Amino acid sequence: MREELLAILEKNSRIDFKELAVLLGVSEEKVLEEITALEKDGIICGYHTLINWEKTSIEKVNALIEVKVTPQRGQGFDRIAERIYNYPEVRAVYLISGGYDLLVTLEEKTLKEIANFVSDKLSTLDSVLSTATHFILKKYKDHGTIINQNRNDEREVITP
Amino acid sequence: MTKPLSEKVLNLKPSGIRKFFDIVSEMKDAISLGVGEPDFDTPWHIRDEGIYALERGRTFYTSNAGLKDLRQEISNYISRTQGVNYSPDSEILVTVGGSEAIDIGLRAIINEGDEVIIPQPSYVSYEPCAILANAKPVIINLKEENEFRLKPEELLSAITEKTKVLILPYPNNPTGAIMEKEDLESIAEIIREKDLYVMSDEIYAALTYKDRHTSIASLDRMKERTILINGFSKAYAMTGWRLGYACAPKEIISQMTKIHQYAIMCAPTTSQYAAVEALKNGDDDVELMRKAYNQRRRFLMNAFKEMKLDCFEPYGAFYVFPSIKEFGMTSEEFATKFLMEEKVAVVPGTAFGACGEGFLRISYAYSIDNLKVAMERLNRFITNLRKVKQ
Repeated sequence: MREELLAILEKNSRIDFKELAVLLGVSEEKVLEEITALEKDGIICGYHTLINWEKTSIEKVNALIEVKVTPQRGQGFDRIAERIYNYPEVRAVYLISGGYDLLVTLEEKTLKEIANFVSDKLSTLDSVLSTATHFILKKYKDHGTIINQNRNDEREVITP
Repeated sequence: MTKPLSEKVLNLKPSGIRKFFDIVSEMKDAISLGVGEPDFDTPWHIRDEGIYALERGRTFYTSNAGLKDLRQEISNYISRTQGVNYSPDSEILVTVGGSEAIDIGLRAIINEGDEVIIPQPSYVSYEPCAILANAKPVIINLKEENEFRLKPEELLSAITEKTKVLILPYPNNPTGAIMEKEDLESIAEIIREKDLYVMSDEIYAALTYKDRHTSIASLDRMKERTILINGFSKAYAMTGWRLGYACAPKEIISQMTKIHQYAIMCAPTTSQYAAVEALKNGDDDVELMRKAYNQRRRFLMNAFKEMKLDCFEPYGAFYVFPSIKEFGMTSEEFATKFLMEEKVAVVPGTAFGACGEGFLRISYAYSIDNLKVAMERLNRFITNLRKVKQ
C-alpha cells in the first residue's frame, strides 16, 4: 500500500484522506496512520505546488549551475553543499557524477540577480573551482507533468 | 442493382450500441462513460519502436502468421503468465485485433449447423461471427447472483449433441466478471467429457484486481481443445494498432492461418514491431495502468455504495455493471433519460445481450476527475427518480 499511496500523493498532494482510503481500499484511519508515519520518518518531505509562472505577470528566471569543487577532508562534498543550499534563492542542489560535482538550480527575479549570485556568492567560496551557468528558456515538462498540455479525449464516445 | 444482397448479412442486427452512439455524438458537452478502450496513451517506448520501424523502412508484409520475434515473445509471455507453452512456429497466429481471431477461429472449426454456446452479457461480436460462420448461436443468460460467472449447470443445460464450441469471455466485457481457477475447473470437466472446443477470449487478462488471471488453457488436458485469444489493445492501451493473437493446437492454427492468409495476408507490420517491444519491456506499464484502473474501480464501487445503487463487485476489465432494476425502467430508457437530463452517456446492458436488461455498463477508462463529475450527476439523477417514485 505504501508505494501506491506515495505514487498518488506525488501526483496530487491535495487529495483528502477519505478519497485516498477509497482509492486504496483501506480505512481512513489506516491512511492517516501511514501518512503520519511517512512524515515522521521524513519520507514525505513536503507538499508543493507546481506553478507555471510563465502564465502569470510575475517574472522569474531559472538557472542551472554546474559547479566544480574541491571536496573537503573528512566531509566530502557535504560541507560545501550545505554552504550552497543554505542560500534561500537556491532551489536544489544535487551531487552529480561525471564532468562536474554539484548541480545547483537557482530561481531569481532577474538575470542580473543570478549573475550576482554566481559572481559574488558562489564563485567566492573557497572550495569552488569553477562554475557554468545555464539559463532555462522554457519548461516543457517539470516534475513529471507536461506543461501546457490540454488534450481532448479523441476516442469515439461510445465503443463496444 | 436489383439482385438481393446476402440474406444472412441482411438479417444481422446492427449493433445495439450504434443507435445510442448517434444520439451521444450529437450532444456537445456530454460526459461519456461509454468507451470500451483505455484512456491511456500507448506507452512511449512502444510508440517509439513503431516509429523506428517506419524509419527503418520496415513497411513490407510480414509472414502470414506474424513476425517470428513477435510469436516468440507471445510464446514467452503466455509461458510466464500461464505456464502454458505454445510453439511459436506452429501454435501462434498474430491477428488484426482479438476480433479477427474470434472470426477466423469460429470459421475454422464450425460446420454448418454446429452450435456455439455464448454466455451473455458479453462482447457484441460473438453472436454475429457465429452466424456468419453458419453456426447456430446458443445463448446462456448469466446471472447477477452468480456474479455473472458461468456455472456448470448452466453450461450443461445448454449442451446438445450439436454443440461444438463454448465461447468463454473472461475477464468479461461488459460485466467486469472474472472466472477464478475453481470456476474454470468445474466447467472444464464438462467440456472434456462432452468433447467441446473452447474459445477463450482473454483480451482483458492483464486487468484483474483479485488474483492474477487464470487461463482455461492452463488446466489439465484443456490446451488441446482451447483457442486462447488475447491481444495488445487493452493491456498496453494499443486499440488503434489493431493487433491481437490466437494460441491453439497446430491443427487449428494451421486452418486459421489459411483464412487469415487469404482474407488479411498479415497483421500490420508497424504494430507488430511495436508489440515486440510491448511484450519485452512493457510489464511495468501494464502494472501502472492496472493500479490506476483498480483505484477507479474502488472509487466507483464506493460511489454506488454511497448512493445505494446495487452493483456486484467486479474484479476484471474496466467496467462496472450496476443494476437499475429498482427504477422500473428498461436499460435503454434509463440510459436515454440519464443522457438527456444529466448529459452522461452510459451503455444499456441490453447492448450485450437480452439478459443485460436492468443493467448499465459503466466504463472506468476515464480519469478520477471525470468519474467524480459523472457520479455526482448519477447521484442527483437517481435521487430524483426515487423521489418521483415515492
